[in-house]
Amino acid sequence: MPDIRISHPQVPSEPRVADAKQMAEAPRTEASAIRKFLLSRGNSAVADGFFHALIVLCALSIFGIVILIATELVLRSDLAWNKFGLSFFFKAYFDPGTGLPSYWDPVNGHFSALPFVYGTLISSFLSLLLAVPLAIGLAIFLTEMCPGALRGPLAFLTELLAAIPSIIYGLWAVFILVPLLREHVNPVLIKSLGWTGLFRDDNPTGLGYVSAAVILAIMILPIISSLTREVMTAVPHSQREAVLALGATRWEMIRMGVLRNARIGIVGAVILGLGRALGETMAVTMVIGNSAEINRSLLSNGSSMAAVIANEFAEASGDLHRSALIEIGLALFVVTILVNALARILVWFVTRGAPARVH
Amino acid sequence: MSLQIASFRSRWRAFTDGAVTFLAILATVLVVAPLVAIFVYLIFKGARSLNVDFFTQIPKPVGEAGGGMANAIVGSGVLLGIASLLGVPVGIGGGIYLAEFGRGTKLATAIRFTADVLNGVPSIVMGIAAYSLIVLPQKHFSALAGGVALGIMMIPTVCRTTEEMLLMVPHAIREAALGLGVPNWRSVLSITVKTASPGIITGCMLAFARVAGETAPLLFTALGNSFWSTDLNREIAALPLQIYVYALSPYDEWHRLAWAGALVLIALIVMAVSLVRYVTSRGVLKGAS
Repeated sequence: MPDIRISHPQVPSEPRVADAKQMAEAPRTEASAIRKFLLSRGNSAVADGFFHALIVLCALSIFGIVILIATELVLRSDLAWNKFGLSFFFKAYFDPGTGLPSYWDPVNGHFSALPFVYGTLISSFLSLLLAVPLAIGLAIFLTEMCPGALRGPLAFLTELLAAIPSIIYGLWAVFILVPLLREHVNPVLIKSLGWTGLFRDDNPTGLGYVSAAVILAIMILPIISSLTREVMTAVPHSQREAVLALGATRWEMIRMGVLRNARIGIVGAVILGLGRALGETMAVTMVIGNSAEINRSLLSNGSSMAAVIANEFAEASGDLHRSALIEIGLALFVVTILVNALARILVWFVTRGAPARVH
Repeated sequence: MSLQIASFRSRWRAFTDGAVTFLAILATVLVVAPLVAIFVYLIFKGARSLNVDFFTQIPKPVGEAGGGMANAIVGSGVLLGIASLLGVPVGIGGGIYLAEFGRGTKLATAIRFTADVLNGVPSIVMGIAAYSLIVLPQKHFSALAGGVALGIMMIPTVCRTTEEMLLMVPHAIREAALGLGVPNWRSVLSITVKTASPGIITGCMLAFARVAGETAPLLFTALGNSFWSTDLNREIAALPLQIYVYALSPYDEWHRLAWAGALVLIALIVMAVSLVRYVTSRGVLKGAS
């Protein structure tokens, strides 16, 4: 839409407003000279000042929230920091009697986040492994191949997939997905890939890392694919036409003309999906099995950082226990902030010079 | 010889092209399948157990048939009311700053970036923040803490949608208002915001629907309650919390209620999402979001 900033071009002849040269050269992001003039002679300076201050306060509250969360988490987890330090995240207490590791023992006060870090990383990376090819395939189909009539409904469907609350994914996973995996997928995995030691037949419940990864993959798919679609539509049409003009097939056009130009943005979209997967709580809590152990088998029960907080926080047995849980929360906060910031920068890097979004 | 190689290569290229087309279609089917499955199961299982009792009764003790989630629906309403009181004004204010006052400034870029990043912070972390801000000093779980946790989550979403909607309002309208001598604050509130108000309202509804399904931040702030309560200083029931408890219980009767609750929740969300699409597909706001 051509946006009209100067409603009356003859105004510059009026010397009080502004000289014509300045108006003609004003960059489009600035307010026009007319607006500046009108704003400067306002007769309600007090009300305007008050309103401006109020609005700025609202805007600054977003910084405030981040700082508030960070300070609260740091202050409330100092007990665990003092007792365990950084080794909280990678060292376990070994029981002198049996020689077995004891990761999470609220009764005796031994806490180590190692099994939860492990569970979070394993389930997130497995889910990326499942979701990324599908998401990119969907984005390619929607931007390059899809007939126009299908594009709207499909985009709407994926948008809906992103809006379903995680508790409903969890409910569906517990009653439909986990039995399905347990009866039909896990036996196949054990039979064909059992020799790797990654899929052992020792867990009859069906809950575990694999179930968590599958439901996570379904949940992060729409985020990755909608952002991938956005960076792919930002690739100029001339790029596609140039490759096609050289006699390329459609796949070659997509590979050389689109994916190569959009790759940084796609990496950003994948990282954003990773950020979502790392912090996902309810659905994972419901299907991961919740046991503070480290198992080589991907089919066995585990736990994740968010899941242990969700499970134990309300009835934490003491200040140290609660403080250890808050420290896990702090780690989650810092990691997701970093991951999201990185992803946003990558996506912005690709779409900043883009023309208006095409839908 | 070279002709043979060329024909092999062209066949190979045609083959990969076809294979990729097939894989892309396969990926689309695989993505759509779980969505359809989720909806089919929700409607199939939820509709069967949805009745008047669901909306009027409170949960019955284990073993008794019937019962509903009336207290959870009201509790969710109370929590969302607190959340909207906090999240909507602050979020709209932030959006007005980004679109009207700070356009192009470094501060606005930083705020926009922070809002986007804050959107990605796990909801359970918001729960811990509300816990240590309100529950710990008060020494008891409360509806207030749950509402504040949800409200904080609404702010970045409302802020960014408001900004996007305001950016769709043409400049000429603002200039016309200022040209008539209307003070700036009045022009922003009565002209710009009002023009974009359908979009802003639906944006708020979207944020509302999104936090309506949030469970993690309520686990240790609102805690849940199986009796009637609207007291802001006490534990309160909420629809997603109730679904969580019922889904993990061993009773078929409670599973049934969990599916019904999920259907109610999803109906609210589908309505909000469709409304946003409808509003942004027409009028001045066409193309926003």
